[in-house]
Amino acid sequence: MNYQFDFSFLWDPDNAYWRDILHGTWLTVQLTVLAIVLGFALGAACAIGSTSRIPSLRRAIAVYVEIIRNTPLLVQVFWLFFGLASLGFKFSAFSAAVLALTINIAAYTSEIIRSGIESVRKGQIEAAESLGLSRMQLLFDVVLPPAIERVLPSLAGQFVLMMLATSIMAQISTEELMAAASRIQSETFRGFEIYIVVAVVYLALAMALRLSFAFLAWAAFPRRRRLGTPV
Amino acid sequence: MTLSLANIVYLLQGTLWTVALALLGFAGGGALGLAVALMRVSRFAVLRLAAGTWIQVVQGIPLPVLIFLSYFGLGVTGFDVPALIAVALSIAINSSAFLGDTWRGCIQAVAKTQWEAADSLALNGLQRMVDVVLPQALRLAIPSTIGFSVQIIKNTSYAVVIGFIELTQSGKIINNALYEPFLIFSIVGLIYFMLCSPLSNASRRLEARLRARGA
Amino acid sequence: MTLHAIAPASTAEPAQATPMVRFNDVHKSFGIVEVLKGISFAVGRGEVVCLIGRSGSGKSTALRCINGLERITTGSIDVCGHAVTPDGKADLHAVRKRVGIVFQSYNLFPHLTVEQNITLAPRRVKKTAPTEARALAADVLAKVGLSDKIASYPEQLSGGQQQRVAIARALAMQPEVMLFDEVTSALDPELTGEVLKVMEDLARGGMTMVLVTHEMAFASRVADKIIFMHKGRVHETGPRDLLSRPETPELRQFVGTGL
Ligand SMILES: Nc1ncnc2c1ncn2[C@@H]1O[C@H](COP(=O)(O)OP(=O)(O)O)[C@@H](O)[C@H]1O
Ligand SMILES: [Mg+2]
Repeated sequence: MNYQFDFSFLWDPDNAYWRDILHGTWLTVQLTVLAIVLGFALGAACAIGSTSRIPSLRRAIAVYVEIIRNTPLLVQVFWLFFGLASLGFKFSAFSAAVLALTINIAAYTSEIIRSGIESVRKGQIEAAESLGLSRMQLLFDVVLPPAIERVLPSLAGQFVLMMLATSIMAQISTEELMAAASRIQSETFRGFEIYIVVAVVYLALAMALRLSFAFLAWAAFPRRRRLGTPV
Repeated sequence: MTLSLANIVYLLQGTLWTVALALLGFAGGGALGLAVALMRVSRFAVLRLAAGTWIQVVQGIPLPVLIFLSYFGLGVTGFDVPALIAVALSIAINSSAFLGDTWRGCIQAVAKTQWEAADSLALNGLQRMVDVVLPQALRLAIPSTIGFSVQIIKNTSYAVVIGFIELTQSGKIINNALYEPFLIFSIVGLIYFMLCSPLSNASRRLEARLRARGA
Repeated sequence: MTLHAIAPASTAEPAQATPMVRFNDVHKSFGIVEVLKGISFAVGRGEVVCLIGRSGSGKSTALRCINGLERITTGSIDVCGHAVTPDGKADLHAVRKRVGIVFQSYNLFPHLTVEQNITLAPRRVKKTAPTEARALAADVLAKVGLSDKIASYPEQLSGGQQQRVAIARALAMQPEVMLFDEVTSALDPELTGEVLKVMEDLARGGMTMVLVTHEMAFASRVADKIIFMHKGRVHETGPRDLLSRPETPELRQFVGTGL
């Protein structure tokens, strides 16, 4: 085997494929950021809901989380995208992708945050109650900050996995990185090369995402800044 | 048009392929992952570095990209690569990074005193690992490993990117003909759920038992 | 009866006689286990009442019923003019604004600095302005002798310091009654002194205090009243020299064994 690597198509004067890769990357970044923001909000809400005193709410959230965690993202995407289309809802591939990713990541986020909430010691909740804090104040001032601080590494890991999973959105023709790669492959027949390039881009994105979370932890949790990682 | 018996049989065939892929991926990923874990706790810095890099790199590449890389990469050797091989290999590579990383954690979680006790009995490095550390690490590793097997089953759905006809792809093909997406993908989802849910529950139960015993 | 309507009891009696906390035949069960079997006692304004007794005799439970951390089963507790009743709803918020509690395990909020721990409740519950809350924090920290730790996080402090911060945090709500549940039990012996001193200063300053303690010397020196609890009941009550002349065999034995 003496395969000749040829990456020259990237800067082919007629067809500067690097632009397509850049454009696809930008879409991947948009998908990721939107899904993280929306998914975190929905996931945190579900985590809070799963500590509620209303049994039917807890039950509904548990069922949702179980369904999402025990089926592949791709099936959820097809279900939503083709299903909603069959009902006559006109969704762009991009919105469908964001919606599916949000619903998916929120379930994992909810489980992770819930485990953080459960790790908050009972004594702290009693102390806050004794000081007269309301249930909402207790939640937002006393329970959630240390809970989220504690599970931030797991959350970051899950978000990185989700970013990588955006790569299947090409299946519903979202014009993200993988879709760009697939098109370039079909025009240049340099499959191995293009996917090496794409792998490098995802690696860089994963690293950037991990760094962003490290920075976020540093910025959002002053105790970390002063004392390092909490035990 | 409605779902026929033939459609159901087709889906079940796809399910068999999904299970086969998952088993292949798990076997390959387990073997590779054990090597990665052992390298990660090795005495030799080079091996630790190599395994660490492997984990970082593989965990930063989407499985669909790995599948294409295997497909085209094996293709450049001149072979006509069956999709099954490309997908199974990719899942094995992907799993090796995740399993290797968790197993490394389990090996290191075996109490330091156990390592020292083995040393005091004059066991050599291999005996210490095989007779003392690994059996104890195994117990710690079971819940998370079963948990990851759920991930592997779900990951097999990525085989659709090169058109391999497993469960998700069979669903897609039937849907192209019948156009009953809610029905078909609900059934597909339900089959995945029936495969994954018992494993998830077992993993959670064992995890809780392990924690209870540790506390 | 008619006299009552014209002149309410509270204004007719001297201030000393208006109890800040009064247990009226309080029962408390956990499931089928009755832990408090009809408790009655009163704590006057400025009084220091020590609850002593064997482990499991119901001291903590009694204390925690006062601010509603445990819900009583029957009876009632009057706290600063509010009634704590078995339905658990009544005025709990009002009670908690007036009653401070300090726990054995400090329970400081780990993600907040000492100052933030102290200012949280005044700002959230009483809507105190931030600058005012900070002044308050400086004030209560000075009282417990920890002014230099205002910017520290709890984990940077010793157990004794954390417990003093917990006292300061409760004081910042300007409570009318302070509850202490074995606040020195988790501390190394050499650190208990600094915490006991803060409590003694508070007592001398006129704070109404109910404390569960195993520090018999402290109780004998500071308490206005000592309540010996035994098997969920108030078994013997007396002034601070009670321990030197116990009457019931149970208290005699308790004093004899030390704990
Ligand atoms: N949350 C609870 N659930 C069930 N039983 C409890 C609970 N809290 C306390 N108890 C029981 O109530 C009894 C009194 O406990 P406690 O008030 O803590 O005693 P003390 O503080 O005097 O040591 C003990 O037998 C204890 O086991
Ligand atoms: Mg107690």
